[in-house]
Amino acid sequence: MSASLLAADLPYWAQALLRVLGGVVAVLLPAGTIVYVFLFKMMSFMQSRLGPMEAGPYGSMQLFAEVGKWLQKEDITPERADRFIFKIAPLVVLMSTFLLVAVVPFGPDAWFTNFEAGVFYMLAVSSVSVLGILIAGWASANKYSLLGGLRAAGQLIAYELPMVLAVIGVIIQAGTMNLQDIVFAQNAGSMFGWDGLGNPYILTQFVGFIIFMIAVQAELTQTPFDMPIAESELVSGYMTEYSGFRFLTFFIAEFATAGVFSLIASVLFLGGWGIPFAWFGWDTMDSVDNWMNVVGPLIMVTKMMLLSFIIMWVRFSYPRFREDQLQRFAWKVLVPVSLVNIMITAILKVAF
Amino acid sequence: MTSTESLIDRRQLSYIAAQAADARLNVELETEGMTLNIGPQHPATHGTLRIIARLDGEQVVWAEPSCGYMHRGYEKLTEVRTYPQVTALVNRIDWLGSFANEVPFILAAEKLMAIEAPPRAQWIRTILFELSRIANVSLFLGDLGVQLGAITPVFMAFRDREYVLNLIEGATGGRFHPNFDRIGGLKEDLPAGFIDETRVVMKKLRNFCDEMENLLFGNEIFQSRTRGIGVIPKDVAMQYGLSGANLRASGVDWDLRRDQTLPMAWNKVDWKVWTHPDGDSFARCWVRLQEVRESTLIVDQLLDDIPSGPVMAKVPRIIKVPEGEAWVSTENPLGEMGYYVVSKGDLGPFRTKIRSASFNNISIVPWVLKGVYVPDIITILASLYFILGDIDR
Repeated sequence: MSASLLAADLPYWAQALLRVLGGVVAVLLPAGTIVYVFLFKMMSFMQSRLGPMEAGPYGSMQLFAEVGKWLQKEDITPERADRFIFKIAPLVVLMSTFLLVAVVPFGPDAWFTNFEAGVFYMLAVSSVSVLGILIAGWASANKYSLLGGLRAAGQLIAYELPMVLAVIGVIIQAGTMNLQDIVFAQNAGSMFGWDGLGNPYILTQFVGFIIFMIAVQAELTQTPFDMPIAESELVSGYMTEYSGFRFLTFFIAEFATAGVFSLIASVLFLGGWGIPFAWFGWDTMDSVDNWMNVVGPLIMVTKMMLLSFIIMWVRFSYPRFREDQLQRFAWKVLVPVSLVNIMITAILKVAF
Repeated sequence: MTSTESLIDRRQLSYIAAQAADARLNVELETEGMTLNIGPQHPATHGTLRIIARLDGEQVVWAEPSCGYMHRGYEKLTEVRTYPQVTALVNRIDWLGSFANEVPFILAAEKLMAIEAPPRAQWIRTILFELSRIANVSLFLGDLGVQLGAITPVFMAFRDREYVLNLIEGATGGRFHPNFDRIGGLKEDLPAGFIDETRVVMKKLRNFCDEMENLLFGNEIFQSRTRGIGVIPKDVAMQYGLSGANLRASGVDWDLRRDQTLPMAWNKVDWKVWTHPDGDSFARCWVRLQEVRESTLIVDQLLDDIPSGPVMAKVPRIIKVPEGEAWVSTENPLGEMGYYVVSKGDLGPFRTKIRSASFNNISIVPWVLKGVYVPDIITILASLYFILGDIDR
């Protein structure tokens, strides 16, 4: 690592505090941005309306108004609900988001944790949200919620597999499971000896990228995979009985996870925080200039917005699958295709 | 006692015990069905319909619609209203295509009085009738997307329906409840500029149909959700008394606009009755889409040769309908809607029987929902297209 501006000179408690605050920013900022830019504005423009216009210029303060509204609402717990589980379920879902963001690198030194099994950890903690959703559906003591929770469990477990398999192609190519090293491998790499663009894995792992994005869509339970939520049918599924702050927690978790998954996809496939290292003659991680710690997060946010745009675009234009159809899609299409992708990647890796 | 104990084979005893344990285990493993109430307050029911569904997992074992949550007693109310007042009531039955509700009642009253509206009034009636069909069914097309999880089409439907509602408002003064039809003709003539404006709007609506065909009907997910789902064969559809697009989607070539001779202008223009052989949800939606397009063509043709003249026949100031009984039904946006009016020569009807399309259309729900999955309940209900006001009239 290069000379650490931030981490090395500060006492442990200050580092920890910075990391927690940074984590909160890294979760809430994408969530707020995505909700305002995509959910409020882009969706409205797609649907020939203006969206919120009253609160702040172009409705930019609408989000704060919404949060204020949700905080004022009564916190209802159904009479027959399993109270403790009902109350912790949204926190479990949000916790998964915080755990996910912990491994995302934003710059050469701008990371929360940097350890070797980053991809493995990321895939593991992303499934914690399934637990939260399942217990939310169960604890609500509502038939609709139960159906939604069970559907979510089935769907999220089914789409975990294609996601893991899609990432394996990247791991094979990079030869590491450390997300920071994956960023380095993409930006320091070259395509047939030409290093002007580095070697973003979206080019070589295009199939993997598509499968990953489809799986992300399903993990986020966004349309066309929103069978667990299904407003017109299950009336928001596992979220039906939640109100006030607990609903807000689910809401934040949904969009923050969309942002974090976009960040992870950009790390895995789009080169992460880096710009092609050949432009500045960097050849090791230590030689990367310190200003990348400032520019890196901006690049990451740009890429996140791009990928979230795709997620939201699909969300607003497609109808939803039935749950047996989406299971069939996962097991009969995505899993075989990603297995073939792994095989081809492995063969090419050995050949070159 | 000891002797009986010794008589029973120990092996036999253990066998019985094992059987009992097995039985208990089976009882424990046997899953219990779940009864799911869809409605009365549910976004998929367009109001307050309740579907009681007994589920095995996600599969429906038994389903029953339970209506009557919104009973408004219009049949009874007509008995204490005069004939001109009844139109204000009945255009609230199918609240999305309200002008179309007035027409059959007025035609029945005219039949009893043996008068006929002048040709221009007939033409304008037909135009407004088709406009309310377009307003109604275009909203159905958008709502279909919402039921299937696509949230964008409904806003396109609202946008383009607004043009049609503006036309209706321009002509009648009421967006939803025109109350424009009178015994012997219409309240007023068309406003200036209506014809040109209508042509422009009809073009927009045809564009809307193309848009929906591309956005929704061409979507593979939409097709996989609707094709082969909720199939109603021809004979079953006839037995349950379905009407309108639900019947035509099952391959029955039946349209009251064409098959009946009414004092309306449908048989003066050239148009086609769309049918579909499949009878599934997709067919029902597809037939409705084609009908919107066909309706715009009907309106265009009617505008071409709209006759001049008065819009009101000579009727007495105080309308008393002579004694008698009359049945008139028309092909409303939702299906066959008819009024059986019994008159005793008073100012108001003695008894009115309203045959509304949705009530008969949802009677097939128990049959068609058997064995489908929970998400398909919503698809099938959406494709059957009922309006609660039309069920609990």
